[in-house]
Formats: sequence, C-alpha cells, structure tokens
Amino acid sequence: MKETKAIGDFCTNGKGSRIVIIGNGISGITCARHLRKRDSAAQITIVSGETEHFFSRTALMYIYMGHMKYAHTKPYEDWFWEKNRLCLVHDWVTQVDFEQKQLQLKQQEPIPYDTLILALGSKTNKFGWPGQDLKGVQGLYSFQDLESMEAHTQNCARAVVVGGGLIGIEMAEMLRSRKIPVTFLVREQRFWDNVLPKEEAELVGRHIREHHIDLRLGEELDSILEDEAGNVRAVMTKAGEEIPCQFVGLTAGVSPNIDLVKNTALEVNKGILVDAFFATNIPDVYAIGDCVEYRTPPPLRRPVEQVWYTGRMHGETLARTIAAEPVPYKPGPWFNSAKFLDIEYQTYGQVPNTWEEPVDSFYWEHPDGKKCFRALFNSESRQLQGINAFGLRLRHAFFDEALQQHTPVEAVMERLQEANFDPEFYDRFHPQILQAFNTQFGTSLKPKKNKKKGLLAIFGL
Amino acid sequence: MALLFFNALLFLGEYQLTEAKLQEVSSEQNYTVLRTELKPMLGKTYGSSFAFVSDFNKYFDAYNTRQQENEQWDRVIWDDYTFAATKAASEGIVKENRGVWLLLTVILGTAGALLYILPLYRNETAGIKHDGIMFSSNKARGVIGITLGVYLILLYVVLYWFPAYIVNWTLLVDPLSRFLSGGPASQWFLYGTIYTLAILVMGIRMFRKYRGNKYQTLRTSSVMFFQLSFAFLLPEILVLLNKPWHDFKNIWPLDYTFFFDYRVESMVSSGTIGMFMFVWGILLIILGVPLMTYFYGKRWYCSWVCGCGGLAETAGDPYRHLSDKSLKAWSIERIMVHSVLVFAVVMTLVTIANYFSGFALLGQATGVLHQWYGFLIGAAFAGVVGVGFYPLMGNRMWCRFGCPLAAYLGIVQRFKSRFRITTNGGQCISCGNCSTYCEMGIDVRWYAQRGQNIVRASCVGCGVCASVCPRGVLKLENGPEQTRITDIPILVGNESF
Repeated sequence: MKETKAIGDFCTNGKGSRIVIIGNGISGITCARHLRKRDSAAQITIVSGETEHFFSRTALMYIYMGHMKYAHTKPYEDWFWEKNRLCLVHDWVTQVDFEQKQLQLKQQEPIPYDTLILALGSKTNKFGWPGQDLKGVQGLYSFQDLESMEAHTQNCARAVVVGGGLIGIEMAEMLRSRKIPVTFLVREQRFWDNVLPKEEAELVGRHIREHHIDLRLGEELDSILEDEAGNVRAVMTKAGEEIPCQFVGLTAGVSPNIDLVKNTALEVNKGILVDAFFATNIPDVYAIGDCVEYRTPPPLRRPVEQVWYTGRMHGETLARTIAAEPVPYKPGPWFNSAKFLDIEYQTYGQVPNTWEEPVDSFYWEHPDGKKCFRALFNSESRQLQGINAFGLRLRHAFFDEALQQHTPVEAVMERLQEANFDPEFYDRFHPQILQAFNTQFGTSLKPKKNKKKGLLAIFGL
Repeated sequence: MALLFFNALLFLGEYQLTEAKLQEVSSEQNYTVLRTELKPMLGKTYGSSFAFVSDFNKYFDAYNTRQQENEQWDRVIWDDYTFAATKAASEGIVKENRGVWLLLTVILGTAGALLYILPLYRNETAGIKHDGIMFSSNKARGVIGITLGVYLILLYVVLYWFPAYIVNWTLLVDPLSRFLSGGPASQWFLYGTIYTLAILVMGIRMFRKYRGNKYQTLRTSSVMFFQLSFAFLLPEILVLLNKPWHDFKNIWPLDYTFFFDYRVESMVSSGTIGMFMFVWGILLIILGVPLMTYFYGKRWYCSWVCGCGGLAETAGDPYRHLSDKSLKAWSIERIMVHSVLVFAVVMTLVTIANYFSGFALLGQATGVLHQWYGFLIGAAFAGVVGVGFYPLMGNRMWCRFGCPLAAYLGIVQRFKSRFRITTNGGQCISCGNCSTYCEMGIDVRWYAQRGQNIVRASCVGCGVCASVCPRGVLKLENGPEQTRITDIPILVGNESF
C-alpha cells in the first residue's frame, strides 16, 4: 500500500444510495462507469488493495516486456475518477459484514454500504504440488504477481512454465523477451488442446518452438525442489527428469477468488452463485466478473467464465439492473481473442476441440503454416456454428450477425471478403479459402460482391 | 565513431582569408569596402573557426556601426558574408582531404548504421519488435536520449543561426553539390543531404522492424522515394537547369514562403516550368488537399509524402511512444496548431495585399511578419523543437503542435472525409499498446474500448496502432461517411438490452 488517502467529500456527502464495489478490474470499473452514467446521485465507492487505479490486467505482460510502463496500462487518467465522483479506496477488504452491511478494511475505517457488488476476480490454481509455495514459484494474475516475477527473474538462467494455456504462453513470451531460456511443460499432447482443435493446437505448438521455447508436450510436474535459502532450484517431472531452474510459472488456469466470502452466509460453489441478474442469495449483494458462478448458465455457456469480455458485459448489465430496470444477463454469440507470440487468434461462436455428427468442419491452412481458418456448421441445416481464425483478422460485427441470424455456411463463405479486417495492402486469403471450401465440399461458390457505383468506383474505393 | 570524426571536423583546419577569396564571395561594390575594413585579417591564419568568425564580425560590425552612426544608411552592408567568407577561408586538412573525410564521416557513419540495421531481427519471426523499449536509455528519455536531444537542439541552433561554424561540414558535400546543381554547397544543401540520408537509412530500419507488415513497408518506401526524388534531387537539378529551387510536394502553408514576392517572381519569370510550379502549387492547395483528404484522410500527405513526416516516421520511429497522451496535451495541441494556421494565413494575406498595393502600405508589416514567422515557426518550432525534441517528447512535436498544413488537412479530415480507424466490435482489451505507440498522442484506446471508430483531426494514419494491437481491433479504412462516427449504447457481444 503506497498511501491511505482519506475518502473525498464527494463520496460520502451525497444523498444517493451508497454503492460499494470491491475490486477495480474490468468488471467492477465497467459497472461503476455505467452506474454513474445512469444515476448521477449514487455514492459510488470502489475498494481495491491491488492498485489505486484501474489498469488493464491483460497488459501486465507488456510491462514486463518493456513495451509499456504501468502508467500506459491505465485506461483512464488519474483525474477521471474524481471528475466522475467515483471514490477510490486503496485498501484490502478483510471482512464483509452482511448483517451490518459494512466492510472491514485492513488499514482504514470500515465502509458502510446499501448495495454491495463483489468483483473479486480470480486467483492462480495450485494443485498441491510439493514446493508450490517456494520463493520464485508463482502464477501471473495480479499486479503483485508482476512485481514478484520482476524480482525473481533478475538472475535467472532457466525458467520453467507449467500449464499450457493462455497465461502459460504469455509467461513464456515474457521470459523470452528477457532472453531467459524457458522450458514449457504441457500435460496435454498438444498445446491448449482442451480448447483448440488438433490442427490449431499443432499450429501454435510449431510457433512456440520457432520462438526457441523448449516445449514439452505430455509432461507433467511432479514436484518443485528447493535450495538451502528456500528458493526454487529445479523441478521434477512425472517422468523423473530434473530440470534445474530459478523460476517456476504456475499457469494451470485460474479459479474464482472467493477466500474473502468463504464460510459466510453467502452461497458459493466454485464461485459466488448468482442468478441471471447477478444477485446472490443475500439481498442487495451482487457479484460479477471472474468470481461468479451462474446457477443456471446462459445457453451454450459454462457456469464459470473468466474472460475480460464477459466481465465487461457483466458490469454493463448489472449497472442497468441497479440503476434503471432489472435486465437479465443475455450474452450474444461467444467471442474471444488472444495472441500466441506473433500469431493472433480470434474466435466467434462455438468451436470446441472435438465435435460429432451432425456438426461438420471446414479447415483451411496457409502453406506457411501460420494462418488458418476453421468453420464449424451443422451439416443438415447448414447453419454456421462458429469459426476460428489464426493469423487473420475478422470482423466481429459480421460474425455476430451471421451467428445470430443462423446464416448457412455457404452464404458466409461467399461473403467472407466483407469479414476481412486485415490492414490495407495485406494479402487477401478469401479466394484461397473459398477455393478450399469448394474443393472440400464439391460446391462452386463465388465471392458475392457489393456493386460499387459512380465516382467512388473510379477511385477504387 | 563517424559522428565523433564529424564533430571533430569543426575544430580542424585553419582559416585564412585572402583578397582573392574575398573577391570571390562578395559583390563588386562591397568588395572594395570589405577589403579596406578587413585589412588586418587578410593573410592572417586562424587556428579555429571561432577565432576567425569573431574577428570577422568585429571588423564587419565596426564598419556597419560606423556607417549607422553617421546615418549613411545606403553604405551599410546588409548582406551576410560570414558563412561565405568563413567557408572560403577554410584551409588545411579538411579542405585538402575532402574525399577522405567524407569517407570517414558521412559514408562510414552510414555504413556503420547499415551494418547495425541490416542484421536486426534476422533470426526472429515477423512481429512486433518492442521488447525492452521502456528500459532503453535512448528510447525512454534516459541519459542517452537526453544527451542526443540536447545535441540535436544545438545542431539546429548552429545550422539556423550560426552556419559559419560548420563550414567544414559543407566543404565535405561540395563535390556532391557541384555534381547535382553545379554550385557550391550551402548549409542547406548539407542539411538536405544528411536529412535524406537519415530517412533512407532509418527507412531501411523500418523495413527490418516491420518485416511482413505491408502497410508499413509501402508507406516507408513512399516517404523514402518522395524525400530522395522530390525534396532532394529534383530541386537541385532544377537549379542546374537555371530554374528556381522547388519542391513539388511541399504545400502552402507548410511551405510558408510560397506566396512571398521573391518566390512568386522567380516562378513567374522562369518560363513554362516556373508557371507550372506556381499553378501546381495553387492546385494542390485548393484541390489536391481537400480531394485527397476526402478520399484517403490526411495520411496521404503526412505519412506517405511529407518530408517532415518522412523524417518523423523513419528517424523518429524509435521515439514515437514519448508523445503526451493526456487530455491537457490535446487541448494545448488544438490551440497551438490552429493558431499557427491563422498566423500563416494572415501573414500570407498581408503579403498578397502588400504585393497588389505595390509595396506601399504594408511593406513594413509584411517584413516584420515574415521575419517573426520565419524565426519562431519556420526555424525554432519546425527545426529546433520539431527534430531536437524527438528523444524528449516524441517524433511528431512539429506535426502535432505546429504544422499549419497539418491543421488544414486535419480540419478536412475531421469534417469531410471517408477515412476513419474502425474498431472491431467488442474485441478491445484496453491494453494500451495503441495509445502508447500513437506518435500524435491520440488516446486511441479511449475510443476502441467503447467500440467507437477513431475520427480525429490529428491522426496521420501511420497505422502503427493497428499494427501493435494484439487482438486485431483496429483497421485504417476509407468508407462511407454515414457509418463513420458511431456512438453505440453497448458493445457488440452483449444482447442483454
């Protein structure tokens, strides 16, 4: 904690109801912003012990890699909060008193609330490995994790990253940016293959090796070994190999960070249980973001969703429920994105790692092995179910519409050039992709072009 | 090393002015006067340019002061002979071994830079190369960055106001100048040579850095081409052909002297080519700028053609993230850049009015305006601050806060253009790479995270925000005006309301 500033006048002197949000990540902040837009009287307080101001968690890796400084990752300037009368309390909450409706803080006076919003985020999964709490062994989720990683990789001859998911590959990339040799232990036979289909998982695997990361597929962590000073000195794999290292990244997923509300009146399972309005079992207490588990998941959704975008949507929706009229959470077609080293990934709709009849798949891969496109569709209704794109940028709005309107895959393929979102002058791949589709399914689709008229056509616009 | 030699050159050699040399550089009438006045100097050998210039100015000023005191205004010598005289006087190891020194400095420097640049990222895959920028002393305002900034600022101060001290540098490029235009090298020819070299060498660095990125590669090739041909070679060849020095891609009001009477005179009196220059220049202002900007945005000029932009996009690229992104900086920017535009327009209008009124009424005012604009905007802002501040406040200080043409292009781009940066639905993760690497200090993320398209007067369309975006959220596009400015209630992906 750098400072403990007194709560500003603007926070506590208003007439409106006291809304307190715990957590200043994307969910909590989005909710606060939208609450303020709809309700100018509410007294909104945001409590966070992690950092005083909101920063983009997804950008932590770029701070370590020297692409940005911490200040660059703050989406709003520091004056923004006071201007919008969003009161920031930089402190850790130690206890929530649901009876008295107040929060106990580590350093400051307790804060009373009328409405409480829990946006507690996630924490790193640890599966009881021997040595998992040694110095130099950590996950990467919070700002404190970043500081710890910075401190523990100062003199690092080799690092081991355990767990082949999105944070794992980010951590490997971060370490490689400092020229630290990385061994990457992935339990599965292919990288992230509980999410990615075989071809995509292999494409990423090849790219990981291209970046001189020692990718070990099908290898599991057994234990982490310590030296005399209590630092990590090596890891032992299940196969019995000892890999000397000075840093271990644990990246086998994250789970809801609900330690604060465990063993209270609040109902929890994996996460805090909420209904479609993000209401918990306690009146006036809501939960959003990573820490949430849906009692009844929305169609095609999992009960716990720990993605930036879902957190943001939770915030948008809950603000409406609290400040205007109750609206149930109704996410549109699934979408997500990531970047695997140099390869960008976008997905729209449902593309699981395996599928069964009547779902059919179309797959195209560029000869360079770094770009691919997959479309899953229902082979009977022809309806598009979802797409994966690697090394290509595609328009969100295009696929959002196609998926909502249950567009047949052929109609999507014919209009694929409209979905292209690559920068100008880049090679266009839609003719090749369409050609491959025609070959695979014996169709003879041609690109449908919007006719251009008049002056603009002359200028090629 | 080459830079060291280059700087050392200024202190090498001797300076000796003789009657013959003096005669060469001065006009007939002034020669007689100068010969008497400078008598004590003639034939004397000076060890440094500083001593020489100081003595020269002493005698020269003494003469002028004397004439002014006696109110002999017609006998005062208004022409500045310091540079020419010093250059003529320079002797010794620099002058005699021009080739060797050129080799040791400019050529060796270029070769050294290329040797460093060409193998860059050789064993790496194509992608964003920003590792460690924020830890770099040079690129993140460390000691090296600040030192370089101070050096550049000094360089510009000397170049603009004390060129006599850098005659040895101009001697180096004399042969090149004679080859191209037939005349000796002025400090401006030297500046042009180094400027062009900087764009070419650092342009090659851009090719390495943005390998695989066709937008950046093409754009960089374009600025390299326009600088080398339009700004450097063509004007010199025009001079060789006895035509006025003219840069066909420079547009008023960036080219603020375009309507000055001496420029207009020289163009109009240079036959067909001269008339073409004049008409082409005016067409660019009234047709070229609005039309091209309507279709493609101001990027067609600022990051594809312009010389200032060319240097900023190549030599200035390592410093692009140093621009200030705050809202305050944006307010200052709008006030400053538009004030400069107003200043330039008023000055030009007064100049034209003065021209048509036969230099009667406004003569004095025009002179004063020209002088102040030239000093404040043309030299101090565009040069000293514009380039000197690269390592301190980013590579587009001039373009953002000072360039009147950018202001004009920006007004068109903001209100009547098909250009925008499209935001890809709800895919933004607010990471901040776009804003950080925006050289114009636009807080791109502010718009992207709200799902809004970016339509800003200052955007020069360099495309780096789209390149560095890790989630493919940004795309520079020309499209229908109706869908350009969007204000959506909720981001794509949430169907709750």
